[in-house]
Amino acid sequence: MIIKRPSDIRPSEITDEAIYLDRRRFLQAAGFAALGAAAAVSPPARAASEASQPKIQGLVQSTLSIDEDPNSWEDITTYNNFYEFGTDKSDPHRKARDFQPRPWEVSVSGECDRPGTLSYADFVAPHTPEERIYRLRCVEAWSMVIPWVGIPMGDALKRFEPNSRAKYVTFKTLLDPKQMPGQRWPVLDWPYVEGLRIDEAMHPLAIFGIGVYGRELPNQNGAPLRIVVPWKYGFKSIKSIVSIEFTEKQPLSSWEKAAPSEYGFYANVNPEVDHPRWSQASERLIGKGIFAPRRPTEMFNGYADQVAQLYQGMDLTRNY
Amino acid sequence: MAFPRSLSQPQLRVAKTALFALCALPFLVMVLGAFGLAGVSLGANPVEELMDRNGQWGLRFLLITLAVTPLRRITGWHWLVRLRRMLGLFAFFYVLMHFVTYALIDHRLDLGIIVEDIIERPFITLGITALVLLIPLAATSTNAMMRRLGKRWQTLHRLIYPIAILGVWHFWWQVKQDLREPLIYALILAVLLGYRMWWQRRQAARSADHDDGLTGDPDGGGKPARPSMPLAQ
Ligand code: HEM
Repeated sequence: MIIKRPSDIRPSEITDEAIYLDRRRFLQAAGFAALGAAAAVSPPARAASEASQPKIQGLVQSTLSIDEDPNSWEDITTYNNFYEFGTDKSDPHRKARDFQPRPWEVSVSGECDRPGTLSYADFVAPHTPEERIYRLRCVEAWSMVIPWVGIPMGDALKRFEPNSRAKYVTFKTLLDPKQMPGQRWPVLDWPYVEGLRIDEAMHPLAIFGIGVYGRELPNQNGAPLRIVVPWKYGFKSIKSIVSIEFTEKQPLSSWEKAAPSEYGFYANVNPEVDHPRWSQASERLIGKGIFAPRRPTEMFNGYADQVAQLYQGMDLTRNY
Repeated sequence: MAFPRSLSQPQLRVAKTALFALCALPFLVMVLGAFGLAGVSLGANPVEELMDRNGQWGLRFLLITLAVTPLRRITGWHWLVRLRRMLGLFAFFYVLMHFVTYALIDHRLDLGIIVEDIIERPFITLGITALVLLIPLAATSTNAMMRRLGKRWQTLHRLIYPIAILGVWHFWWQVKQDLREPLIYALILAVLLGYRMWWQRRQAARSADHDDGLTGDPDGGGKPARPSMPLAQ
């Protein structure tokens, strides 16, 4: 693998997907994934949609990125779970085309000293966008590597000065069945609600996601503002956020409400605690082709060193 | 209708060939997609896509097979029954490919994982039960076997009902939250099985009326109705 030293590579040099794909081709030339070759060849239609996403200025690299090849723009933007646009993986990119991520407002409320409603621009402006390459592990036992652009969640939340009663942060997605056709059917109790314990939200790995591949988030990936919590299953990383509330009580998240025996509040990636209907011991790798072996799932999605202490003394079998 | 009640041998051969091509088409598309040929793609998660498509086609063909008898009775196209074996075998084929994708491509024949899944995950237990029950039906689908088994053949092939129910139930338990799709399959299955129950009742009532035991069964070709076997087809 090529070791990237973030300090000596300028962001403008590495955020383009073309460069990632060059790296990928290099690896393939080295005899890596022969069968993955087909997957790396990009259909022409895709370039346009990537090019049409505005670039994010002033991006810096993060040392918290993992050193793995990201999935293609195509994989990341056409294979999505975003039930607000439909339950099929291909629904979001087809049905979110006309979604309007601007103007966008985020209300911050609850147990904090400086609540308020901010425009998207005001919400993110004080922070330097960072590229964070994280593995995304879906609860459905597949994973991707995604070059997110984000701002540290803790830094952003601290601006609102949460008080001592702020034990949890609750996030809500936009409720707008006109724009989000999936919300016209009660698959979940809309709007989507997710939450984190405050110490989880303040963890350096947690970010507000605002882009992928150096460009603004495509609608199907949760434009304009989502969270990314890489040690938890993907469904915790709520998209298209309009409300952030600091609460004293643990919120009831949407999936927990829908199927409490299958989805818990914590939803930490854990190969030892199976979903009742499938094993979580391994995962299918998106973009590696049909004959690639499954990969063993890692505790906390590989972030155990950084986050395990958050859960010390907790029974993770019960707090799944 | 333009279709005759019966087909000549050459006509039947054409019908069978055309049907075979049609039934094999989804599999052909999957093979092209699996190898990225002819611009066909299976998307970002091809293993899941193969599993889902084969499972869906398996279930569809089970239901199509079950639709033959009602359709034949309603339309009077008796030749439809001559196509039923092929439809049933395609159902078996797609379910088998569904299992092959699961066991070979996804889990690389790791028996530990497969056995654990079968024992611990009820939706897989249902699926494997359906597949195992399909095996004797496929194995006895030849003319020779039909002749050899005689009346028992029909009794055996009534397994198609529990198999279809298990298939829909398996799908139902597999989905994460959105039950609309399995619900559609369940409704179709309910109509197909409901039709048979209705037919059975009607036949029973008729044979009670006609004490000679003969009825105007439109598909029986004047043969005596067999109220004891109304579900057989
Ligand atoms: C008559 C037998 C069977 C039928 C009709 C059937 C049908 C289906 C259908 C329709 C689906 C849903 C596909 C979708 O989500 O679009 C499915 C999913 C699934 N089936 Fe089956 N199946 C059968 C047997 C089996 C067997 C024997 C196994 C394995 C031992 C199996 C394993 C699975 C798995 C793992 C999934 C989930 C795939 C995923 O992750 O999306 N099935 N099946």
